Amino acid sequence: MPSNPAKLKVIWLQGITCNGNTHSFLNDPALGTLLETIEFIHHPLLPCQKTLKDLVKKVPKSDVLIFEGAYSAPFERAGVEMRTLLPALAHKAKHIISMGSCASFGGIFKENDPEHISGIVFDKENGSGPLKAMQEKVITLSGCPAHPKWLSFVIDMISAGREILVDEFRRPKELYAYLVHNGCLRNEYFEWKVDSERFGTKEGCLFYAQGCQGPYTHGSCNKILWNDVSSKTRSGTPCVGCTEPAFPKRDLFTTKTYMSIPSEMPLGIPKRSYLALAGAAKSFHIKRLEERLIDDHA
Amino acid sequence: MARLSKEERKVSIMTKALELFSKEGFYQTTMPAIAEKIGMSVGNLYNYFTSKEMLAKDLILYIANILGEEIRRINESPMSTQEKIEAIVHMYFKIAKDRPETIEYFLRVYLSNREVFQNSCEGMICVSAFVTEMMIFFEEGVRSGDLRDQDFFSAFGLFMGYLGGMVFINGENILPKPLESYEHTIAENIYYALKSR
Ligand code: SF4
Ligand code: SF4
Repeated sequence: MPSNPAKLKVIWLQGITCNGNTHSFLNDPALGTLLETIEFIHHPLLPCQKTLKDLVKKVPKSDVLIFEGAYSAPFERAGVEMRTLLPALAHKAKHIISMGSCASFGGIFKENDPEHISGIVFDKENGSGPLKAMQEKVITLSGCPAHPKWLSFVIDMISAGREILVDEFRRPKELYAYLVHNGCLRNEYFEWKVDSERFGTKEGCLFYAQGCQGPYTHGSCNKILWNDVSSKTRSGTPCVGCTEPAFPKRDLFTTKTYMSIPSEMPLGIPKRSYLALAGAAKSFHIKRLEERLIDDHA
Repeated sequence: MARLSKEERKVSIMTKALELFSKEGFYQTTMPAIAEKIGMSVGNLYNYFTSKEMLAKDLILYIANILGEEIRRINESPMSTQEKIEAIVHMYFKIAKDRPETIEYFLRVYLSNREVFQNSCEGMICVSAFVTEMMIFFEEGVRSGDLRDQDFFSAFGLFMGYLGGMVFINGENILPKPLESYEHTIAENIYYALKSR
């Protein structure tokens, strides 16, 4: 019998965070299986070998360093500033995962101190974070929070020694090459320009009236479902574009328009073509799409 | 004389049909009358257009393309929003003067006989080339801060309704002065009505 391969040694370090990615991770229905392939040297909530204090006393080697939360140089963990702690752990890690939008681009916390808070490699879209020089070993898992299955995908790829193809922000293409719009059950409503007038309904597209960012947002939320069952757009709330460096945008629930025309075209679509199609589609009335899918009073 | 290609022949039929339709209206104009005007047999005319409705549809597409191309040229020029309005008004009135049958067809056949266009020209499909350019004109006007943000159709109706109305009353010989002498004030009115405050 082949001997069990050695478990990946993982450190989970937190910057400035709300714990959202940790919660997302702990909610992974497949967490048990994942824990058979990895072993936490340190995790803030799970049982593990070392405390934060141990970590700073003698910086250990690791296979994967997962960083959650935004980066700020003077922010301290176990009495050590991030400007010292993060690079020290990063140097001794084979792979680094920036977990969530704050670690990736600055996220929500950056709004509080835009000058000094950033992601570990990217500051919004600029590659000027503290781990810029070692970005080759960083994998970006942006999302607010990042989906636990995106993390297990990357961990599986690392343990299998497979190459992970990444985009310009070092997000795995396998997970982020799609748009959230892709796979959304409301695509037909989008095509025929039937809007949803409020949250939580099954009918209509959330783009014009609710500010859905699906057509601009890279992510597999409608393919790798949340809790295996749903996504924002499936449950009737707009995608807020949390995987993109520009997140959070202002006015989360509106799509900016000029004279009823979206100020930004869905990614990759020329304005004239979009408008010609949208104008034509809008003038159709398709009874099936204008009715409730399930009539409560029937 | 070189033989005309099928496409060229089609355009020449459309030009003649346009004159008849715009003068006589959709229902008064018959396929035999069109064939006679062109000097071809009715049977041959049906080789080009399978029905009067199809011919009517091709005509509106043809006109929408002409208008669309003109406005696209204006949209892509480096003019200010106000100058673009002048240019669109000028272009529209010039076509109304030089090729009155095009605008007449638009107003008297396309807009007045919607039932004819219901099946193959639902909504804005057949005039999409033109409406799309107007959308782009308005979108850019608002984006640059020159025009007020509002619903597209409120603005579109104001602009095109005004021009259509002027051409219509000009056609009824009600205007005391030639149509083009109103261009500047009309453009100014449109601009003031739509501009941001
Ligand atoms: S709800 Fe959003 S993601 Fe879904 S079709 Fe509409 S725009 Fe696309
Ligand atoms: S649907 Fe949009 S907002 Fe929701 S998690 Fe995915 S990328 Fe973020």
